[in-house]
Amino acid sequence: MTDLPSHTERQLGLVIDLDTCVGCHACVVACKGWNTQSQPSPLSDQDPRGAAPSGTFLNRVHAYEVTPQTGAAQVVHFPKSCLHCADAPCVTVCPTGASFKRAEDGIVLVNESECIGCGLCAWACPYGAREMDMAEGVMKKCTLCVDRIYNETLPEQDREPACVRTCPAGARHFGDLSDPESAVSLLVEARGGMDLMPEQGTRPANKYLPPRPRDSWEGEVDLLAPWLEPVAEEPRGLLGWIDRTLARL
Amino acid sequence: MHPAPSLILFTTLSGLGFGLLAWLCVTLSPPEGMAALAWLALAYALCLSGLAASAMHLIRRERALKAFRQWRTSWLSREAWAALVTLLLGGGFGLSLLLGHPLLPLGWLTGLAALGTVFCTAMIYAQLKSVPRWHHGSTPALFLAYALTGGALLYGQTWPTLVLLALTAALQIWVWIDGDRRLARSGTTLASATGLGTEGSPRALFPPHTGSNYLLREMVFVVARRHLLKLRVLAVLLAFALPAALLLATAVSYFNFICLALYVAGVLLSRWLFFAEAEHVVGLYYGR
Repeated sequence: MTDLPSHTERQLGLVIDLDTCVGCHACVVACKGWNTQSQPSPLSDQDPRGAAPSGTFLNRVHAYEVTPQTGAAQVVHFPKSCLHCADAPCVTVCPTGASFKRAEDGIVLVNESECIGCGLCAWACPYGAREMDMAEGVMKKCTLCVDRIYNETLPEQDREPACVRTCPAGARHFGDLSDPESAVSLLVEARGGMDLMPEQGTRPANKYLPPRPRDSWEGEVDLLAPWLEPVAEEPRGLLGWIDRTLARL
Repeated sequence: MHPAPSLILFTTLSGLGFGLLAWLCVTLSPPEGMAALAWLALAYALCLSGLAASAMHLIRRERALKAFRQWRTSWLSREAWAALVTLLLGGGFGLSLLLGHPLLPLGWLTGLAALGTVFCTAMIYAQLKSVPRWHHGSTPALFLAYALTGGALLYGQTWPTLVLLALTAALQIWVWIDGDRRLARSGTTLASATGLGTEGSPRALFPPHTGSNYLLREMVFVVARRHLLKLRVLAVLLAFALPAALLLATAVSYFNFICLALYVAGVLLSRWLFFAEAEHVVGLYYGR
């Protein structure tokens, strides 16, 4: 049923640190790699080596430039995937029940064999978290690697989403956001984690940690700077003789 | 939003069909015998071809019947049920017309169900908070106005048609003007989308991918924004001004084919604009 559960026992999700993300896209590749082989159908690409390649991705990394009132602009890399919202608009619009939110852990999933490919859930999502797989004709989305996190055949340290496991900067964290004592909840508390588009009323589970203020160079004196000044303004030695001779000509 | 031909045809044809059905069922002197059959056949042909066009929008058409399941939450599912119930009720009323004993209360019920179907169709779009231009009470009002106007025109009701043409035109023009402000009014900006507003003013620097993707093709359609005014004027001329002028000039109550052709062309254009103009907030992530 596409009713949203009134209560979820847990709410698993991601915490993404915009301060440490370096924009390497490793999470994008890891996500594509894992989910193209673990789902009922691969995450297809169309014309992958041709003139206009296009494909299905569950995670994409944008980049923004933030210009403060004073000081220099700052680049922020911005990974974006499904936010597993408490009031997920994508779930309630689904006419077939293919789209659903799990009561046990709050993960929003698509049952591929029930999807008619109408695309209405992708329209309802304000974040662009759902993409139609043009080969399979069904909607694809982040599963929070539901086939990894409970998978007892994997080593303990691999039982987290592929994007989190692969992030070389430690910018992605996975855990239970409904538990105020969990590591991710404490991180959100400490760093002022925020919701995306709170005015849309989706109550997303995933939180974003804002970038910390950067250092500024204005008014600062670098102790080493004087030592980096060019030592010889005028050329000396052989080069100096050539310089003087050429100047006399 | 991408103006998919299947959806433009679906909303236009089914709107006309259910609008005609509503007029047929609530009129005080309904047609009888073979005339009733012909009118009902026309209404059903329009409704069914519209619904067929909507099925063409599905990629997995073989699973289309699953769309009836989630009527408790989904307007798309409710629309499917409403269409089915209307066509069944209309069949019953049609039979009573054919037999020469019109069951008028059944007709009123059918008319109500026909308008309910158009309402459900509009709510599929109006429910989407992610598309501020659509997320407004005027969306179902406009769909109902177009359906009633088209039905009246098809059924040859000259004076109701003229009144409805004027009302629908006024509503449509207001919706265009007000719609232009709805994205700004929704409060969703790149700053709220990224949460980076407190640090300064964000700007999309480079996209996550070099090529296009499903999101850009489906929800970030910007082609229409260049010629909006011209297309709106053309739509008003085709859908409202010219049919009204023709109706007034000839002042005949019978079926006017040119009027209808102009009106349908105008509705098709206004529906193209309805989709093409609509801004989905995901476009903000791409700086569009």
